[in-house]
Amino acid sequence: MTDDPIIRASGITKSFGKFTALRGVDLAVARGSIHALLGPNGAGKTTMVRILSTLLRPDGGDATVAGHDLLRHPDRVRASISLTGQYAAVDELLTGEENLVMMGRLGRLGGRAARRRAVELLERFDLTDARRRIVRTYSGGMRRRLDLAASLVTEPPLIFLDEPTTGLDPRSRQAMWDMVRELAATAVTVLLTTQYLEEADRLADRITLVDGGRVIAEGTAEQLKAQVGDERVELRLAGLDDFDRAVRDLGDRAVRPDRDSRTVSVPTDGSAAQLRALLDAMAARDVAVTRVELHRPTLDDAFLALTGTATAGPTPATAPARTGGGASTAVKENR
Amino acid sequence: MSTHARLYWAASDSLVMIGRSLRHTVRSVDTLLLGAFLPTMLMLMFVHIFGGAIDTGTAYVTYVVPGVILLCAGYGSANTAVAVAADMVNGIVDRFRSLPILSSSVLTGHVVASVTRNLFATVLVLAVAFASGFRPTAGPLEWLAAIGLLVLFMLAMSWVSVFLGMLAGSVESASAFTFVVLFLPYLSSGFVPTATMPGFLRGFAEHQPITPMIEAIRGLLTDVPVDNPVPAAVAWFGGLLVVGYAASSVLFRHRRPR
Repeated sequence: MTDDPIIRASGITKSFGKFTALRGVDLAVARGSIHALLGPNGAGKTTMVRILSTLLRPDGGDATVAGHDLLRHPDRVRASISLTGQYAAVDELLTGEENLVMMGRLGRLGGRAARRRAVELLERFDLTDARRRIVRTYSGGMRRRLDLAASLVTEPPLIFLDEPTTGLDPRSRQAMWDMVRELAATAVTVLLTTQYLEEADRLADRITLVDGGRVIAEGTAEQLKAQVGDERVELRLAGLDDFDRAVRDLGDRAVRPDRDSRTVSVPTDGSAAQLRALLDAMAARDVAVTRVELHRPTLDDAFLALTGTATAGPTPATAPARTGGGASTAVKENR
Repeated sequence: MSTHARLYWAASDSLVMIGRSLRHTVRSVDTLLLGAFLPTMLMLMFVHIFGGAIDTGTAYVTYVVPGVILLCAGYGSANTAVAVAADMVNGIVDRFRSLPILSSSVLTGHVVASVTRNLFATVLVLAVAFASGFRPTAGPLEWLAAIGLLVLFMLAMSWVSVFLGMLAGSVESASAFTFVVLFLPYLSSGFVPTATMPGFLRGFAEHQPITPMIEAIRGLLTDVPVDNPVPAAVAWFGGLLVVGYAASSVLFRHRRPR
């Protein structure tokens, strides 16, 4: 039973007038995992979440959410989920504490239990000092924290986070990521949507790539990256003479030689030994190498390769390549 | 879940939502000030500025009080549309709808808060009216009947406003509706007898729903002679209440916000 996916959807379709938002989406989300729906704006991520959280009825397809049939028992589904929308869904004119107590009472906790739970969550999300302040006076990061706290009031086993970090500054985003990770450690399942590759890469156990209302690819971040290609080392040579000799010596191993920038790439397994051997060989031939960069495929590359569309991620794809590779993440950026 | 439990939670959800809307009312200082300022100013303006020049056959203050009461109650109720529109563009309604709660309780909260707010405004209008020389002849039963009619009016106007607030899609277009409601009572028997209006306006003024309501309250509170307008008033606003409530509930369940 517990090995069953907490969400199992098949063939979900949805149109709004002439616009087709979803063209038959299948989705399986494992219990206790963080699962990301990744895609550009308009891909259908939010529509999918709205359907799975009972806010929208699909035109076709069916789904089981938290063990309940989505279409036949939406009330039972609602009792097991919690939704945090794209914009912080908290009440601006209530205090932080009042917001949480309200959610508790609506979540059938009863007055006293709701108040106790509110105090607990305010503490956990570092909002205790601000609990008596009206939410309108909160910063963006505080609102999102309160929003997430509101989602947790009734301890639902499944949480939908629709673009949880859109519009947050880098520090608040980092804090949000930490909180989502903490959540997943407590056996809660998180389905999040994001247009940020980095976010999906860092948080999600599995990623479903959506574009144009379809699932383009599905797998772990590593699997998706592996679809794009191998790592390679890019050498920058001191002069044109060095460049010509390097390309001649490397022979078949030379990939994408570029005489203008005096760079040439070599496939690698990323090991230090291989890199050392390569540089030693160059030194032995008196070829002057000025810079070395390790390029490993990023989710950006996967995204570009699989959808042919760029995303609005915070780390825009630096490689123009759609032709399967050429990622350029400098060594210094690789952690 | 048993019917009993269902009812209990429906009542509990509604109470939580009413609490929410009342807090909103108390904390929206500008709305609150306008809600107190508008009735007072209108009352003073009509009685002391225009009153002297208008001949209605009785003391003008006696004639005009029901009109001012309905004007303020109507405007106050229409403001519900703005509050609902603001809710709909905020993510919180999505959150409410993804909860296993009585979905219309959030709307009920708005309506109950609206009626409460408007009853306060009415008390204020009456206080200014008394100070300006308003001397109603109503007995306790007639007062009760008048209050009952007023509450019916507020409920109906509030539910219609809830519906329009959801339909509006933005706070700005919802505000436009309150403006319409603010002017509607002028085209009735509320401020001047309809007989003094040009023909086409008189036709509208005599047949729009606010006129029988004003006449009914006037007849109950004062000794100004009226035909029996109570059935027409109840029919109009009872009907609007049913339609407004039903339409709001359906729209709330099926509308995709944004």
